Amino acid sequence: MTFGDPEDLYVLRRRTIAEKFVDISFRNIAIAMASMVSLILVAILIVVFWGSLQSIAEFGWKFLITSSWNPVDNEYGAFTAIYGTIITSLLSLLIAIPLGVGTAIFITENIIPKWMRDTIGIMVELLAAIPSVVLGLWAIFVLEPFLRPILEFLHTHLGWIPLFSTEPMGPGIAPAILILVVMILPIITAISRDSLNQVPVNLRQAAYGVGATRWGTILNVILPAAISGIAGGVLLALGRAMGETMAVTMIIGNSNNFSWSLLAPGNTISAMLANQFGEADSGQMSSLMYAAFVLMILSLLVNICAQWIVKRLSLKY
Amino acid sequence: MNISPSDQARAFADDLSYRPALARNILNKILSFVAAIFAIFAILPLVLVLVYVSIKGASKISLSLFTELSPPPGLEGGGIANAIVGTFIVTVIATLIAIPIGVGGGIFLAEYSKEGAFTNFIRFGTNVLSGVPSIIAGIFVYSIIVSTKIFFGHSFSALAGGIALSILMLPTVIKTTDEGLKLVSDDLRRGALGVGASKFITITRITLPSAFTPIATGVVLAIARAAGETAPLIFTAFFSYFMSDGPNSIFNPIATLSVLIYEFATSPDQNQIELAWAASLIIVIMILALNLFARWIGRFASK
Repeated sequence: MTFGDPEDLYVLRRRTIAEKFVDISFRNIAIAMASMVSLILVAILIVVFWGSLQSIAEFGWKFLITSSWNPVDNEYGAFTAIYGTIITSLLSLLIAIPLGVGTAIFITENIIPKWMRDTIGIMVELLAAIPSVVLGLWAIFVLEPFLRPILEFLHTHLGWIPLFSTEPMGPGIAPAILILVVMILPIITAISRDSLNQVPVNLRQAAYGVGATRWGTILNVILPAAISGIAGGVLLALGRAMGETMAVTMIIGNSNNFSWSLLAPGNTISAMLANQFGEADSGQMSSLMYAAFVLMILSLLVNICAQWIVKRLSLKY
Repeated sequence: MNISPSDQARAFADDLSYRPALARNILNKILSFVAAIFAIFAILPLVLVLVYVSIKGASKISLSLFTELSPPPGLEGGGIANAIVGTFIVTVIATLIAIPIGVGGGIFLAEYSKEGAFTNFIRFGTNVLSGVPSIIAGIFVYSIIVSTKIFFGHSFSALAGGIALSILMLPTVIKTTDEGLKLVSDDLRRGALGVGASKFITITRITLPSAFTPIATGVVLAIARAAGETAPLIFTAFFSYFMSDGPNSIFNPIATLSVLIYEFATSPDQNQIELAWAASLIIVIMILALNLFARWIGRFASK
């Protein structure tokens, strides 16, 4: 058997110019596409900041702490909306953390059969898929009427606390908080579940081996080991709660008058944007942009913190 | 050293059987019960929303819902045909924009990127962009496209709505492409490069097809999320009572199911509220179907 002339066998074929061109341009296109993302992010920041310049020059820091919102006199202060954004997101987080982490523990432990746990997991994930506008519709016609007697009870018996000092009239901050709980619960549950699942099984076995009970193990071993992922998830949920728009807009009442009460109608930055941006004149537009800029900075900070926590505190085991 | 166990400990050691009356075992039961209650609370909203949307929406389901235009307040009957078509058009526009950019960006991150400031910047940007509130994406597109009338003097348009939605889809598509490509074994890449394929051929013929399933799953989930978004569309696609027909319609305001629900839910007109429930049912079915489809793609591949 002959192989013939080695010259014919190992032919060194040089790539044609066309091939090289395709290769290089494909790489450059990929780089360009990747840059688009960061470009969009920077562009959003610039556009929102540019739009708010007029209002920043006019109101400065006072914009953040005054609560007058008067398009007629061109007087703007976003404190009502900033208070609403912070109070709704923090209180909803307060309710959603135990619910979400508790659910995540329940579906990562073997208390009930696996198929039931998987079903609960899928249902929680599907809850995240329901559009917020549908949740808003449900909140207006189902949640709020159901909630009103409870809120009235709170008002009559605990009315001396400023948080419950007003008569519940329908839409308000309290139902908005509950609908936010529904929206961020899936995030907290999903991320907590992932971090709990990542805890090495050795830790659990060691804890059981020295005689710890199930919940002794969970509270002293599993949760501390998974805390970084859970904390990151909670911060992501906080960012989501602050930026959530539709369901909140539909149920919070969109009032520009400030009130400490959770039962009164209020506003959040995103709800204010959704409501007023469409029909705003230039002065109001600039103030809305300023509010949007504040929201953008808030959610950027929360997101960066979340990334930092996940990176910094990630599993040591 | 004398290590004699106490009497109590000896009593335990003699009998190793489970004692339900011990304080720690009771506490265990209580905590498990509390966790179960929490889990029930977590799935309760989904069940309640689905039940109410089905009951209130189903009563309005009829042929005219899918064939007639949405009525202005005060008129009886009507349907949501324009909004169904509109949701479809806007989502398709968003997908057509987001897939090339997102998959391209994912290819860069997984196949070309080296550790460095630029790569970190892209990764950071992707993560941060996924946390940008959706309403801000709407305001951004309003400022650069709608208010400047950049598309031949048209202000509100389906195209602007699609662009706003694509901004929200991008991070998901990039992340899933990146993660999907990273799952592809390096042996495949080396094999392809070893037999003389160029990087372009390696990626388009070998790695991308191998990573098709995770990418497709991510894209379908991104579409499902975008189809239900409302906030970015209010100032971009706006709303319209008319049917969009002809290719020119992408430059005109367009109705979408989500904006229709928002507009009609807050209307005093009973007929519009009923249509909002019907539209909710349609959009929930669409989105749940897309989610199940994504799951099915994933399961189909793992077999």
